Amino acid sequence: MTNSEVIAKLKTRFGDTVLATEEFRGDLTVTVKKEEIVRVAEFVKTEPDLAFDLIIDALGVDMYRPEGRFEVVYIIYSLNHKRYVRLKVRVDEENPVVPTVTGVWPGANWHERETFDMFGIRFSGHPDLRRMYMPEEFEHHPLRKDFPLMGIPDSLPLPRR
Amino acid sequence: MAIESLQRDGFLTTRLDEVINWARKNSLWPMPMGISCCAIEMMATASPRFDISRFGSEVMRFTPRQCDVMIVAGTVTYKMSKVVRKIYDQMPDPKWVISMGACASSGGMFRSYSVVQGIDQFIPVDVFVAGCPPRPEALLHGLMELQNKIEKERTIGSLVRKEPVWIPEMPVAGKAGQPA
Repeated sequence: MTNSEVIAKLKTRFGDTVLATEEFRGDLTVTVKKEEIVRVAEFVKTEPDLAFDLIIDALGVDMYRPEGRFEVVYIIYSLNHKRYVRLKVRVDEENPVVPTVTGVWPGANWHERETFDMFGIRFSGHPDLRRMYMPEEFEHHPLRKDFPLMGIPDSLPLPRR
Repeated sequence: MAIESLQRDGFLTTRLDEVINWARKNSLWPMPMGISCCAIEMMATASPRFDISRFGSEVMRFTPRQCDVMIVAGTVTYKMSKVVRKIYDQMPDPKWVISMGACASSGGMFRSYSVVQGIDQFIPVDVFVAGCPPRPEALLHGLMELQNKIEKERTIGSLVRKEPVWIPEMPVAGKAGQPA
């Protein structure tokens, strides 16, 4: 199944939900509506021709632009057909909430926790949305573009000397 | 004289500080706080080729309760700093700290929000060893410098080691500069 056939299959099934498709050196990226990500995920996993059954990574991107500042990218793989695809959703700064795909790929659990920790994107329905790397009491999200490289003074307490 | 007769009988006189420090500096048991790649060089230092046991420090104990010197070998993040401090607190006095390598000493190449820019911000450090990572010889040099430092320490009269201890001058009965 070629990339164009994958695109055609998604477009016939979901129509307007597929916002954009992009191909770069054979890699396919499909941007879909945020609200529909779980339905798309279930479809591409269960459809036998696609069978994207393994989640490689789920990550955030801060594009630092007025509209749809963040992106969440799901890199998924089909063990049967040995092919990758990237699913992408755009997330607003005001309401950075994305439905979780842990119901489809349980492996997304920690990836979504990391994305929450680093970007402050919340995943609604996530079973255990705690910070991954930073301490629990930390209030910021370090991989946002407006976070200073050296951090915010006194936001991470050190033990008494 | 009495001292000469003592020497004839196999005694010698010395200062208590000298004896205690001699014992302390030649049996420094390290706490291997190996956090990242510097720990590999620290392990090499313990190997027969470099042989840290020449300096009495071969007994790497993996419990802080039996250790004298903590070798902080690696990048200390803010999240890890509480652990390092807790282990340091569990070591019995007298205790010393060697900050091994650029990361532990200054944050090293990790000039970043998550890495402590020098562990002396939360524990007292006795010796900083430069290098990324330092060669085993450099760590041994640091250990020898620590031994020199211990040699000059006061053992009694300064029970709390890390605080500066002010020893008042002896009251002088006679004129200034003259013995009482």
